Amino acid sequence: MTHVLEVRGLSKSFDGVHAVRGVDFDLTEGEFLALIGPNGAGKTTCFNMLNGYLRPDAGSVRLRGAELIGRPPRKIWRMGVGRTFQITATFLSMTVLENVQMALISHHHRVFDLFSRATRLYVEQAMALLELVSMQDQARRACSELAYGDLKRLELAIALAHEPALLLMDEPTAGMAPSERIALMALTAEIVAKGGVSVVFTEHDMDVVFAHAHRILVLNRGELIAEGSGAEIRANPLVQEVYLGGGTSFVQEGAHA
Amino acid sequence: MGFYFAQLLTGLANASSLFLIASGLSIIFGVTRIVNFAHGSFYMVGAYLTYTLVTMWSGSVLGFWGGVILAAAAVGLLGLVIELTILRRIYKAPELFQLVATFGVVLIVQDVTLAIWGAEDLLGPRAPGLDRAVRIMGEPIPEYDLALIAIGPAVLLAIWLLFHRTRWGVLVRAATQDREMVGALGVNQAWLFSAAFVLGAFLAGLGGALQIPREAVSLQMDLSIIGEAFVVVVIGGMGSVSGAFVAAVLISVLNAFAILVFPQISIVLPFVVMAVVLIVRPYGLFGKPGSEHGAPEEPDQPLTLMSQRSAMVLATAVALLALSPAVAADFTMILLVDVMVATLFAVSLHFMMGIGGMVSFGHAAYFGVGAYGAAMAVKFFDFGMLPAMVFGPVCAATAAIFFGWFCVRLSGVYLAMLTLAAAQILWGVTFQWQDFTGGDDGILGVWPAKWASSDQVYFYVAFVLCIGGIWFLRRAAHSPFGYTLRGIRDSQTRAEAIGINTNLHQWMGFALAGGFAGLAGVVFAFSKGSVFPDSLGIAQSIDGLIMVLLGGIHALAGPIFGAVAFVMIEDWVTRLDYWRFIFGAIILIVVLLAPDGIAGGVRRLLRAVKGGAA
Repeated sequence: MTHVLEVRGLSKSFDGVHAVRGVDFDLTEGEFLALIGPNGAGKTTCFNMLNGYLRPDAGSVRLRGAELIGRPPRKIWRMGVGRTFQITATFLSMTVLENVQMALISHHHRVFDLFSRATRLYVEQAMALLELVSMQDQARRACSELAYGDLKRLELAIALAHEPALLLMDEPTAGMAPSERIALMALTAEIVAKGGVSVVFTEHDMDVVFAHAHRILVLNRGELIAEGSGAEIRANPLVQEVYLGGGTSFVQEGAHA
Repeated sequence: MGFYFAQLLTGLANASSLFLIASGLSIIFGVTRIVNFAHGSFYMVGAYLTYTLVTMWSGSVLGFWGGVILAAAAVGLLGLVIELTILRRIYKAPELFQLVATFGVVLIVQDVTLAIWGAEDLLGPRAPGLDRAVRIMGEPIPEYDLALIAIGPAVLLAIWLLFHRTRWGVLVRAATQDREMVGALGVNQAWLFSAAFVLGAFLAGLGGALQIPREAVSLQMDLSIIGEAFVVVVIGGMGSVSGAFVAAVLISVLNAFAILVFPQISIVLPFVVMAVVLIVRPYGLFGKPGSEHGAPEEPDQPLTLMSQRSAMVLATAVALLALSPAVAADFTMILLVDVMVATLFAVSLHFMMGIGGMVSFGHAAYFGVGAYGAAMAVKFFDFGMLPAMVFGPVCAATAAIFFGWFCVRLSGVYLAMLTLAAAQILWGVTFQWQDFTGGDDGILGVWPAKWASSDQVYFYVAFVLCIGGIWFLRRAAHSPFGYTLRGIRDSQTRAEAIGINTNLHQWMGFALAGGFAGLAGVVFAFSKGSVFPDSLGIAQSIDGLIMVLLGGIHALAGPIFGAVAFVMIEDWVTRLDYWRFIFGAIILIVVLLAPDGIAGGVRRLLRAVKGGAA
């Protein structure tokens, strides 16, 4: 099996506090991987190093062998990494369709085109992407009128526009109603099942994680403490201690400070 | 040694005056996020009122200081009236729309002041008891300067106590950081805004009042101080009073010494310092991120292509314009050229501000560079009209590429201020580089080629260039390039995340807007036969802002409506006495009736009519 992503020795500290320490993991082609951990475990820091918003102190991140560290987010996107945001970021003054068209326009290197009409470009591809997330009926609506759950689905369509090898989803279901959460992740799982894209996501909602993730990584205080399938993670005493609390974590925290 | 010390003291005395006016501006911006152009007017009115009071009660120490305080208090009251009657109604309008309203106030105050005090400069009395000079290290120092040096820090201390020792002050500081939060905590924002405005106006009035013994009171005081006051506020960090103090001292002391080495520098020095500070610290010395934007806005509606009916109307208007030389008189031709030039200028500014979200307070720089580029090409290189018409916009685009590189690294008001600095630096160079630019006398004899010298033919030259330029920019707004610019304006994060190089794209947008402003400048230069430094001045930049904002920043047709209305009204009004008053009043009426600009007002009117018919 080939690895889409290889992460080695990823580390970052802020003012002497180790946010992430020596994280190693691989992502297999077509895998749906969850990165979980309690608040402050370093999930977001880890994520931001993968997508180029944060530069690690040490370590390497390779996408199909190509190093990502040191490249700006837009270059990483060009290499085939899509992403969605914890708090949605879309172009609010455009329609749903235009938002997807923009990603296609950028993918085809046409952002400096001064003469075409932007709304006439890549309409079919954009519609196909919207169909993938069942948003085709809302294609002509202004993005500013969408419900939050629909914005999340739109982001997913945008993130898939350049046919990425890897999709990074930061807290994809944050702020959504429980039924919408299940639906969004079921949709994502379907897309992964179709092949071509592998996903890493962070998540707070354990139901979502256990329902869909092929494999789960558990972070605590910046270090990977467990890895495995849903059943394995549930049975892992270390994970239980972190999540349910055994008192020891507080003692260790005191020792660090 | 004594001489340098004296120079330092002069600098510090200037710093005190500058601090008084800048601190008020900073407080107003911090709390209300209004860029208050009328602040210079408060300063001027303070000076005039003090002149009257102090001459009335001449001679006594109490009369002087009583007059100063009373005048400042009266200006505070004037500020309250303006806040209650005008600004309070438009706090929810698009960002910077209030700026247009305050500019309307500037015009009205100018004419009211003219009507009351006359056009002559007035020389006030010296301060009783402080009218001599003392010798310090052998150099004569005016006693009044020493008093000012003490007053500046005293006022700073008073404001500090007010802000840190009173509940009101705590609220003001809180509002400066996060307005919504303060509102959510149940504080009456309207009242807080009024109070901040009154305090700001009072400080500006005090600044003007204290200038009486130092300089003649004149009608130019308002606009001459406002540029420098903005600079001080921006260097200090918008909303920071102690920052304003440090910045005032920095600018004034630097200036006091720089003029010894290079006397001409005082015009551009503050702007150079501001540019350097903003490049190193994008939020000023004491400013914080997040202070650069006003209230969050409603997002724009998606762009739509013109309906068939609008396209017909537009085509008819353009056709009528094209046929007008057959029927219109020569002076109408000249007016129509002015309208086309202004429209292209406004559309280019809108491309930057409306579509790109990059507000410019100095767009005239590129208009002026275009005009001067063409004029200098004609004068020094014997260029014909057409080559000069290519050369001018190229110069403008080059200048925009140079200054834009710095500007696009900032956003919001800070970006606007850096564009203002760029424009002022270029203006200063044009004004003082006599050998090449003719300085104040400008460059004359920039006439069209022989074949284009009749008003009719030149009209068609202008028609092709301006309408062509407007068409191109409109087209560009609908192109992937324009959509990308709008995308970056909407969400920089999203734009980066789909692989867009946001800085590069905004930079190119800036350059394109600058190039087309330059084209407008070129057409202008050949229609007038001459260019003068005021083509890159603040007033020209503000005209552009008014056209865009009055027309409606959220609509592509906005700048067209705005520019046509602006030039027509200006042409009609400037023939009247007290035209500034009338013009200012018209601006205020539009602002109050149509807070979304003329285009927005027309759209609402059409909707109402349609709704009524259905």
